[in-house]
Amino acid sequence: MSTYANKKGFGATIWDYLTTVDHKKIAILYLISGGLFFVIGGLEAMFIRIQLAIPNNDFVSAGFYNEILTMHGTTMIFLAAMPLVFAVMNAVVPLQIGARDVAFPFLNSLGFWLFFFGGVFLNLSWFLGGAPDAGWTSYASLSMHSAGHGIDFYVLGLQLSGFGTLIAGINFLVTIINMRTPGMTYMRMPLFTWSTFVVSALILFAFPPLTVGLVLMMFDRMFGANFFDVAAGGNTIIWEHLFWIFGHPEVYILILPAFGIFSEIFATFSRKRLFGYSSMVFATVLIGFLGFMVWAHHMFTTGLGPIANAIFAVATMAIAVPTGIKIFNWIFTMWGGSVKFTVPMLYAVAFIPSFTMGGVTGIMNASAPADYQFHDSYFVVAHFHYVIVGGVVLGLLAGITFYWPKMFGTMLNEKLGQITFWTFLIGFHLTFFIQHFLGLMGMPRRVFTFLDNQGLNTGNMISTVGAFLMAIGVLVMVINIIITSFKNEKVGNDPWGDGRTIEWAIPSPPPFYNFKQLPLVRGLDAYWVEKMEGKKEMTPAEPLGDIHMPNSSFLPVTIAFGLFVAAFGALYHMDDKSWTLPIIIVGLLITFGSMLIRSVKDDHGYHIHKEDLMDDKDKGGKA
Amino acid sequence: MKKRLHKWRLFALLGIVGLVLSGCGEPFLSALKPAGDVAQSQFDLLILSTLIMVLVIIVVLILFVVVLLRFRRKKGDETIPKQIEGSHKLEIIWTVIPILLLIVLAVPTVVTTFDLADTKAMDKKDKDGKTKDALVVNVRANLYWWEFEYPDLGIVTSQDLVVPTDQKVYFNLTASDVKHSFWIPAAGGKMDTNTDGVNKFYLQFDSKKAEDSNNLFYGKCAELCGPSHALMDFKVVPKAKSDFEAWAKDMKSVKEPVVEGDAAKQGEAVFNKSCIGCHAVTPNDSRPEAARQAPNLATFGERQKIAGVLDHTEANLKNWIKDPEKYKPGNTMTGTYGELSDSDIDALAAYLLQLKVEEK
Repeated sequence: MSTYANKKGFGATIWDYLTTVDHKKIAILYLISGGLFFVIGGLEAMFIRIQLAIPNNDFVSAGFYNEILTMHGTTMIFLAAMPLVFAVMNAVVPLQIGARDVAFPFLNSLGFWLFFFGGVFLNLSWFLGGAPDAGWTSYASLSMHSAGHGIDFYVLGLQLSGFGTLIAGINFLVTIINMRTPGMTYMRMPLFTWSTFVVSALILFAFPPLTVGLVLMMFDRMFGANFFDVAAGGNTIIWEHLFWIFGHPEVYILILPAFGIFSEIFATFSRKRLFGYSSMVFATVLIGFLGFMVWAHHMFTTGLGPIANAIFAVATMAIAVPTGIKIFNWIFTMWGGSVKFTVPMLYAVAFIPSFTMGGVTGIMNASAPADYQFHDSYFVVAHFHYVIVGGVVLGLLAGITFYWPKMFGTMLNEKLGQITFWTFLIGFHLTFFIQHFLGLMGMPRRVFTFLDNQGLNTGNMISTVGAFLMAIGVLVMVINIIITSFKNEKVGNDPWGDGRTIEWAIPSPPPFYNFKQLPLVRGLDAYWVEKMEGKKEMTPAEPLGDIHMPNSSFLPVTIAFGLFVAAFGALYHMDDKSWTLPIIIVGLLITFGSMLIRSVKDDHGYHIHKEDLMDDKDKGGKA
Repeated sequence: MKKRLHKWRLFALLGIVGLVLSGCGEPFLSALKPAGDVAQSQFDLLILSTLIMVLVIIVVLILFVVVLLRFRRKKGDETIPKQIEGSHKLEIIWTVIPILLLIVLAVPTVVTTFDLADTKAMDKKDKDGKTKDALVVNVRANLYWWEFEYPDLGIVTSQDLVVPTDQKVYFNLTASDVKHSFWIPAAGGKMDTNTDGVNKFYLQFDSKKAEDSNNLFYGKCAELCGPSHALMDFKVVPKAKSDFEAWAKDMKSVKEPVVEGDAAKQGEAVFNKSCIGCHAVTPNDSRPEAARQAPNLATFGERQKIAGVLDHTEANLKNWIKDPEKYKPGNTMTGTYGELSDSDIDALAAYLLQLKVEEK
């Protein structure tokens, strides 16, 4: 079935991507679909800002606005940030640890397709009678009250996507534990791999509570269970706990990879090893751990009482310590270095003050009595956008620009990159800085309009102008990507010139088997170690031999598609339609049938023979 | 150049802090213009945390600017900087100092958390079961309107919350349909109104600050509760203690609304036919909560706003009755009272605007 002969033609390429189990191609799939959802989420954001540009605006209706704001949050977190993080992880982590692929390539593909169909399912709600409208947190009393199928799309779509995420997380855990190349000890792992490792552990523990919450909600809506129906003895606060036990770690699931990316970039473009590597690792692990201890700071005003509020306030403040360690270590990585301002480095440099702003307002929020004022106001909107845009989005933009040549073998245009950077950064601060004040001046969040003469007009106008600048920045980036793809000027192994980790030792893009011979890692920043000794490539850790590769498979698509079909049946089952049960059955048959085929069909993969590797000079540098 | 840039950033930062310290926004709405002890203690914490955080930002920015200016790579510079492993001394410094800063913030945080949660005064009852020395208000949040019940005074009102100044006012908070959140920014932070049970907290309204804002504060719903979440406003009318007592007395004495004029009398008939199922017109509404499905209209003629957001004019009132959906989408009043003719609506408006407790 599979061969490493080059296939040509559009259809063949599509088929190739539909069936691929190669982590590098899956990274590209995540990048494209995540990018697409990012643009959709961005459009939703523009609708929000246009509506709020002036008081009493009627650009969109109240109900439609709530759908937009819910989908903006849900899309950006689950369908844009998460997959884009996975894109970078998939593209980089196996290369950074010297692996030929992830531990379970088939599952890696399945994880993507589950996410993808979940995302499509969620967005189809726009065309099938209304999107979810209870906020991305979907608090139980409102979501139970919400008419129509919006919430059902949310519940089922996120379960689908959540499966994918959980699978991907477990896959990375196993990959990083088991597949490191000889000499790659834990304390020699690049920081991005470390953060992927910690993030995967967070996913493992954080997504099950979300799934539990979603299943309870599904039972309430589908089968008339009463988990959240207060009149029947249910409790809506349970949802808040379940959601935030997932939701708070989720923030770290997003931000830690960004930290990892920045660590790589600071070291690379300062030509210096990361300052305080071991304390960075320790801080990453500690942040991951503390991330689970602080969920109730989202619930200070729920009425949990002063004891709970005090404990969670102090625990939340504690997170500032490891985060502070990281900020100072990054600054001191540049200190005494030779700092070059490439586009990725610009993002990294801008990240420090931007994220510090988001971090310190986080501490302000942690002060429970003050949070009684901040909570659910625009202050919080400003805070988390400073963290998520100033941290995660800048991290993703940096990471994607940084690894673009490794993924595609061509460099994004620097000039256009700088235009994107400046418009986006200025737009970002213009949009969100003023919102701190809007919140303190009494503007609640999630409002579809605000009244005149409350002193909120100017701030909202400024915020909207900023949002347009951000949109222009993203537009320029899209243009940049298109131009770059058409020009397609090839670059070598180490296009930034200062690569330190071993992914820069192999060609860009890497051959499909990554390393011809697994490299021997002789220290932190292994490629740098070799370069300093005057070598051009890694020392191999094994003799040249046959490489075992997995076969491509279409089954991940059908497994995910079956669940997608079944989800439609489940969704309309509540309307007592006769055709829904057969649809559920057909969908599950597709899924379980595909699984059965997977189980009974022997698929041992194939070997690339030693002789082919020796013949094929340009297929891959010697590792 | 180096120095100038440095100074510019510092000034910008100080300017921002100045802006915070001076406070901005409207006095009837802004949390930056605290109008009572609760808001003041929260504002103090805000300032304390802001100062600490600005200090952190300044330190980071100074290091940051120095790094950016000093260690820029010159063109063609191919030297390799020293590969420094780290510095335990420095790392201990930037672990310990943040911990100290956080302790400075954590101690008042914990103290204030317990202070603001102290509602013991609500539990001291006299032999009639009335709260001894505290004013208690039961707040019930509903889809896009608020009910305020004074259990010890036997008064129910809606949309306009009347409170005495310079004393603690205790609140029992609950919601009848979905979760809302009760927030009067100028007077203090919010508390959720859950469907699951009752939350308790207190606020205090300062008489001087109340005067500064023309004896009117804006209250908001802070939790997304449906399409008209943004329009679920209420107003707070602070009164001096004696005025409040007079108001309470007037409220209690209203047994039946008395209106004058043919139009209003006709309106009363329409009201009794179409509206009385949900709305009450006397403040001593003895029906159980579940039966009180709509705002109590006893004081309608002296309300600050119509439906919480529209100016209090006859035209707005008529528009509202004609098509509530247009002004508050998703509200529970739409479509519950049948078709009303224009003359019915005129009469109804005349009647409603005469519903007053205090002579104005």
